[in-house]
Amino acid sequence: MSANTAVAEKYRNNFLKEIEEQVEMGDWVKMCMQCGVCSGSCPTNFQSAWEHPPQELFMMIRAGKREEVLTSSSMWNCTSCYNCIVRCPRKLPITHIMHGIAEYAHRLGMAPKMQATRFFSGLFWKNATKTGRVNELKLSMGLYFKDGFVQGIKNGMAMQAVALGLVKAGRLNVMELLGGHKCKDQKGIQAMLAKAYEIERTRKTAKLAG
Amino acid sequence: MADIKVAAYICKGCGLGERLDTDALVKIAQKDGKVPMAKTHDFLCNADGVAMIKNDIANEGVTHVMIGACSRRAKTEAFHFPENAVARANLREGVVWIRPDTDEARETTQEMAEDYIRMGCAEVKAMTAPGGNPNTGGSKTLLVVGGGVTGMTTAIEASKTGYPVVLVEKSGALGGWAGMLYKRTPVHEPYKSPADTGVADLVSQVMGDSNIKLYLNATIAKTDGAPGRFVVDIATESGASHTEDIGAIVQATGFTLYDMNKLPELGGGKSPNVVDQAGLEALAKTAAAGDGVIRRPSDGQPVKSVVFVQCAGQRDPTGTHLSYCSGFCCNASIKQAMYFKDTNPAVDTTIIYTDLRTPGNGEDFYRSAQEKGVIFTKGKVAEVVPNGNTSTVKFKDLILGDTDAAMADVDLVVLATGQVANSGINIDAVAEKAEEGVVEVKPISILNLTYRQGKDVPQLKQGFTDSHFICFPYETRRTGIYTAGPVRRPMDIAQAREDATGAALKAIQALENAELGRAAHPRSGDLSFPKVRLEGCTQCKRCTVECPFGAIDEDEKRFPVFNESRCRRCGTCMGACPVRVISFENYSVNTVGAQIKAVDIPDEFSEKPRILILACENDAYPALDMAGMSRNEYSAFVRIIPIRCLGSVNTIWITDALNAGYDGVMMMGCKSGDEYQCHFVKGSELGRVRLSKIDDTLKTLNLEKERVRDLEVAITDIERVPDMINKYAAELVAVGPSPFKGF
Repeated sequence: MSANTAVAEKYRNNFLKEIEEQVEMGDWVKMCMQCGVCSGSCPTNFQSAWEHPPQELFMMIRAGKREEVLTSSSMWNCTSCYNCIVRCPRKLPITHIMHGIAEYAHRLGMAPKMQATRFFSGLFWKNATKTGRVNELKLSMGLYFKDGFVQGIKNGMAMQAVALGLVKAGRLNVMELLGGHKCKDQKGIQAMLAKAYEIERTRKTAKLAG
Repeated sequence: MADIKVAAYICKGCGLGERLDTDALVKIAQKDGKVPMAKTHDFLCNADGVAMIKNDIANEGVTHVMIGACSRRAKTEAFHFPENAVARANLREGVVWIRPDTDEARETTQEMAEDYIRMGCAEVKAMTAPGGNPNTGGSKTLLVVGGGVTGMTTAIEASKTGYPVVLVEKSGALGGWAGMLYKRTPVHEPYKSPADTGVADLVSQVMGDSNIKLYLNATIAKTDGAPGRFVVDIATESGASHTEDIGAIVQATGFTLYDMNKLPELGGGKSPNVVDQAGLEALAKTAAAGDGVIRRPSDGQPVKSVVFVQCAGQRDPTGTHLSYCSGFCCNASIKQAMYFKDTNPAVDTTIIYTDLRTPGNGEDFYRSAQEKGVIFTKGKVAEVVPNGNTSTVKFKDLILGDTDAAMADVDLVVLATGQVANSGINIDAVAEKAEEGVVEVKPISILNLTYRQGKDVPQLKQGFTDSHFICFPYETRRTGIYTAGPVRRPMDIAQAREDATGAALKAIQALENAELGRAAHPRSGDLSFPKVRLEGCTQCKRCTVECPFGAIDEDEKRFPVFNESRCRRCGTCMGACPVRVISFENYSVNTVGAQIKAVDIPDEFSEKPRILILACENDAYPALDMAGMSRNEYSAFVRIIPIRCLGSVNTIWITDALNAGYDGVMMMGCKSGDEYQCHFVKGSELGRVRLSKIDDTLKTLNLEKERVRDLEVAITDIERVPDMINKYAAELVAVGPSPFKGF
């Protein structure tokens, strides 16, 4: 939380400026004219799933509601369908802004911990970077057991028929649970990703400090 | 009147010859119409047909022409005989086009045509050819009242077309509101930044124009006369008085900002750091003259945060403040926010709006402001609390639903108050207050008209001058006097300049028409004018009170004095006159009355009812014609008479019709009230007031009230009108035949 406290102090009373400088595509937020076409175009039925539709998030940013925006689960619900970007009369890259805000909140450690998208993103990253290949069996099981052992068993039982069908069709190998297939140069890809992560982190940390 | 010779001409073209028995129509004209000369022609509107009529006029002494062909609205150039009285029987749009071409319909269609021939013959005999208003004036000078952007533009545009202009400005300098601005909203690509006002250029154009005579520090002391011959007394501050002969007047007296002292809850008048838009312009001008930094009025510190409150005292549903949107203020606030951002992007500028309305190319301007970092917050400001050198703006955030949103430590608050028209005295309110016994009226008259109906042009709503908003936006209810700019409706500079150009051209038209003794719109070119038989006048004053255009004054003996050049020829005076002494040469109680009486009324056993339709020639009659063009059928039992306006309907016509055995009367006029569409503004309203009393007449005649129907018809009612007619015809069958048939 120290990073968060520091940056919050830096941009005191000007959350919009913080978003503009720290969030990818954040400088577009000021251009929103509150027409709501993004919300109307969103296929995720944000009415029930989203706490705040995109244009409301933008207004909250302008109103300086830092805590509420960064801890919100709303932007995590974006499925990247790009409908809003296509339709926005002010040409705001809304999808990218949603991901930008989500990533920023995550980086500051303010994103909701057990939010499903966020959890899955972390799971996927670990899963894929470990061997350089996605282990689908482990990935889906990891998601099933997100909310504890009992719920995990329940989720698994519910998907039983699908799993058996996949096994029969040769699309799911139970043996993958024991390790699974890997890419050729596992060490190399890990080193490559580590370097990329380091470069990205250095850049963003510098921006946060600077 | 003794030596009139009437000729009737019946056309056989456009299918009239096939559908109608034209020989029988000729006989009707001779026998019932008592016309000595009646002819048919295969194609009356062609050169040969017109030559035949002209030959008869020249060589046979024909003075009155009755043409049985198409609608009076068609072929007006071919059938133009200015020296003669002309009546038209509408056999095409009014008969064959609205009736089915079947054997069963043949008889009733022919009867319809025969009645129109009878009506046409009767009408033309009651007419004389209009000779034109003799009481004209030929002044070509335009008077422009107000030296702001609208007034200066009007003067320049009129001068460019070659007309001399007298420009009167109340203050000591030209420029008006625009002259007080630092910059204006842009009107050219790329619409991104405030632009130069252009006022200096306009002023130099006016000053350098020898065709424009300028009076500064001057007001209008008196306006007398009529279009083409106004005599205007101009009083200057020094006490000197000048008299000018004027042809037409453009009133461009602009607006005043709504007084922010009436908005104490928004901090108006409570702190020097709460200003209206004019106040900010002054601060910006001062800043521009110095180091460019806009400073807080209370202590001269640079402004670091500014909040613009939109709709301050506007769009108020409670009735306390202005109920309307002034339309210019959103763009103005955006412009003013840029004053700050363009000099120092670090200044926090927030515009709190409920609906951002940016007419013209304001959307680009709005976008540019967002790019520059102006914050737009959708909210309704509840309170501005000044505290020392800053203020707190409390508002309801309309997007986030936050009722207690607030912005603290705001250096400057700008209230976007709206435009209030400088329209002088509300003469209707004066009349009402006089009735209530209240005499005192605050505003000072602008034109000081000597008209019987009041000193200024009438207003519609909210103090804006009345005009036919859709069709004739610059026309006021005083012929030859035009209003332009924000005195007419709230507007910005760009709109005002457009307005000014339009009004200048309309004013020029008016003074040219006035010299030729012709009417202005909507009967432009009409040479007829009201004539009064004063011997019969009872000095009841109905005509002088009701005239929608203030054309009729009163002399010392309280007799009406008609100012023909002010008249629009609507005939409202004629409809109002209880002793029926007012008439036009080609339109009178007689011309319509004779038509009503000329219709053949079959007896009650024939099952052929007769319905009289008095249709306004501006909207209802064209709609009926267009119904014909679209071949929308309607009942063969109606007989339609075009009238100039519902206001010209004299109730004697209705009484006469019902006495003659008509089963029903339909009145078709334009919409009245605040949203009126009447081309004579008040005509249809006044007509309807009179008609509302027709029930008493019906009672004395022992008739059902269904027998008279008042209908609002718009020009677009091409399908609705036939439908209304057919429904009414069916309704009358249920009511039963009129008991007056056969008397």
